[in-house]
Amino acid sequence: MSAPTHSVDMSVDIAGVRLPSPMMTASGCAANGRELNRFIDITTLGAFVTKSVKLDPVSGRGTPRMAETPSGMLNSIGLQGPGVSAFVEKDLAWLHSIGARVVVSIAGNTASEFARVARAIVRSRYADAVAAIEVNISCPNVANRGLVFACDPAGAHKVLTLVREEVPRGLPMLAKLSPDVTDIVGIAEVVLKAGAHGLTMINTTLGVAIDTDRLRPHLAAATGGLSGPAIRPMAVRAIWQVAGAMREGRIRTVPIVGVGGVRHGTDALELVAAGATAIQVGTAAFNDPSAPHRVGVELEQLVADRGFGRLADVVGIAHERFTA
Amino acid sequence: MTRTIAAREGAGVVQVEAEVIGNVAAGGYRHLTLVTPGLAELARPGQFVALSVGDGTSSMLLRRSFSIHKVSPAGTYGGTTEIVVAAHGEGTRILTALEPGENVGVIGPLGRGFPLPSQPVPCILVGGGYGSAPLFWLAEQLRERGCAVEIVLGAASADRLFGVVEARRVGDGVTVTTDDGSVGTRGWVSDVVPELIERSGAAVVYGCGPMGMLSSLSAIADEHGIVAQVAVEEAMACGVGICMTCVMPVRDESGTTSMVRSCLDGPVFRGDRVRWEAFDDGYCRVPEDTVGAPKAVR
Repeated sequence: MSAPTHSVDMSVDIAGVRLPSPMMTASGCAANGRELNRFIDITTLGAFVTKSVKLDPVSGRGTPRMAETPSGMLNSIGLQGPGVSAFVEKDLAWLHSIGARVVVSIAGNTASEFARVARAIVRSRYADAVAAIEVNISCPNVANRGLVFACDPAGAHKVLTLVREEVPRGLPMLAKLSPDVTDIVGIAEVVLKAGAHGLTMINTTLGVAIDTDRLRPHLAAATGGLSGPAIRPMAVRAIWQVAGAMREGRIRTVPIVGVGGVRHGTDALELVAAGATAIQVGTAAFNDPSAPHRVGVELEQLVADRGFGRLADVVGIAHERFTA
Repeated sequence: MTRTIAAREGAGVVQVEAEVIGNVAAGGYRHLTLVTPGLAELARPGQFVALSVGDGTSSMLLRRSFSIHKVSPAGTYGGTTEIVVAAHGEGTRILTALEPGENVGVIGPLGRGFPLPSQPVPCILVGGGYGSAPLFWLAEQLRERGCAVEIVLGAASADRLFGVVEARRVGDGVTVTTDDGSVGTRGWVSDVVPELIERSGAAVVYGCGPMGMLSSLSAIADEHGIVAQVAVEEAMACGVGICMTCVMPVRDESGTTSMVRSCLDGPVFRGDRVRWEAFDDGYCRVPEDTVGAPKAVR
């Protein structure tokens, strides 16, 4: 990969936290760091985003948990994880030891469980590695679909309110939103009123694949979350709508972390131009573990090629250049 | 031209755009030879490689994993890796159609290989279909350690067997079974293995092939009080441990069952550690005593 023709300031500001790069992993697509660190130095990313951690250990769903779909995949992992205590002592400790900036994704069965997980993270001895808390209110792979807080304004509000009480001043709290809602701007408004400092958009969207030999659902859990380039237009749309509402003053302006189908630099540039300040790379890492780093190099070149000296100058630019 | 994408010092794994230098028929399969600098030196029998389908714009995002048939650290082309591929679906059809001179993304070596016995004990190696691919390399290493090696190759029919000639070269004895009786003994490998264990005094059974076959081998090994080491076949999206799709219920030393990644903790497991009873008709459920298993709804 050749160096950009002139240097671009790729640093980003996530609600007061400065990151040297806009590039992040996406929660659930990079385990907790060690595996990906065999391929790229994860300390060079803007931040490493962990798999969502819950209070207690979770086995996840049975298998098959995965089905390949056109330009995407369905997964029904079910938030498998070791529980927050083991996460802190093994995974966060290791991420801290190598000097990674960490966005910890948290999840829970109840609003108070989210808060207890947040408390365990921010009060741990490795808390100074934590660059932000990402509140996963939108995972579709839970046994009870009624638990998708991001589809329920009251539930989303309660989770963010309780987590906010645990998060110290200066530590951004990002709410990760689902595209499976009628009005994503309305949900964004609710979580911002509850105190979210930023938004991560989007989580996977619910799908089903049928095994046409056995004529039954391919996934053991029947439904799964669709990810990959297939959902990129949905991510761009969600970011476009919410960033547009911010520009019109309908909701508070906060940073948006864009995620959904980013595989190449041009994909990342689409999300940035629609209004994303930072970028997460998810499913593409399954194909190319170096993607979270590679996409950043490609994005920097594309920004330079278009004559900009700062990535920040491109954030949301499509709104300015759109005349309807 | 082959190009290294990622190879961090000490990581034990490389990511390369590998040039294909050979693609020949082997029964009903294709035998591919790939230029993979840095990979061959690290690989052990039982480990696998993950191949991408098409270039970075392919609509098929997920890698396809194959056990390593053979590696050559220093040939005319530098290090090479050989695999055996069956065309099952669209992705494997594209891989089996790769021509010499074309490139394919390769990550490897991945997973844990077959543990080798510390003593020169008799061993039985059992392969189902092209699952036999890693066994010949394993046989050579076992014989270097003084182990007597019996090889059993089974398949649905003669054209689904892989490596019969090679087995005769590296094994002390070779038994072939086919479901349709088109060659060798009619029936399954599990029909011939008990007698072979008794006759050879085998201490270890190594297996690679379909899950049903590995389950049978594990049960037979248990009945004879010996160890089975089996390389499982599980659907994997990434092969490198980040997607969490290839999990299976496996007991640890203390008897605790967890859903473990077959790409990192496997693909080779001790047969008596795998919860075979959880597998049923293409699904695998989470046993109730698994760490973090969902609580039964009352």
